[in-house]
Amino acid sequence: MPVEAHIKEHPAYFHRFDAVWTPTVLVMDSDGVERLRVEGYLPRDEFRAHLEMGLARVAFMHKRWADAERMFAQVLERYPETKVAPEAVYWRGVSHYKRTNDHTVLGQVADEFKQKYQDSVWAQKASVWAH
Amino acid sequence: MTVQWNKDADAALAEAKATRKPLLIDFSAAPA
Repeated sequence: MPVEAHIKEHPAYFHRFDAVWTPTVLVMDSDGVERLRVEGYLPRDEFRAHLEMGLARVAFMHKRWADAERMFAQVLERYPETKVAPEAVYWRGVSHYKRTNDHTVLGQVADEFKQKYQDSVWAQKASVWAH
Repeated sequence: MTVQWNKDADAALAEAKATRKPLLIDFSAAPA
């Protein structure tokens, strides 16, 4: 459900949602809880990837593990060269672990980072799972 | 595809809650 808040039409919304710069985009869950914030311009595919990460995050935070895993995988499939792709690898693995309680997937994620996105902070975060 | 932008955040929040759908808010200062 998209909402447009222009600073001249709805300045109160900027204060209410702590929007201090434009463009700012928020993805919120159905309870109005912020799950993703994008501040500043992004190229089209980066922007789309961020928005889809936000939707995946909504599913994750609502413990819809299978949906979250599928949505993070979809980000990775659609936008493998974007800046959020390594984060999608990480959270796809965590979602799988949450869904199955199979900890071996975390080691597989760490191994996957040895093949791709090695320089990302998400590879560093997953390194603790390495075999 | 045309996006149907809502300009009333409170109405959108209420609808999001009722329909269990996520919400996107785009804050802009771009000239109309």
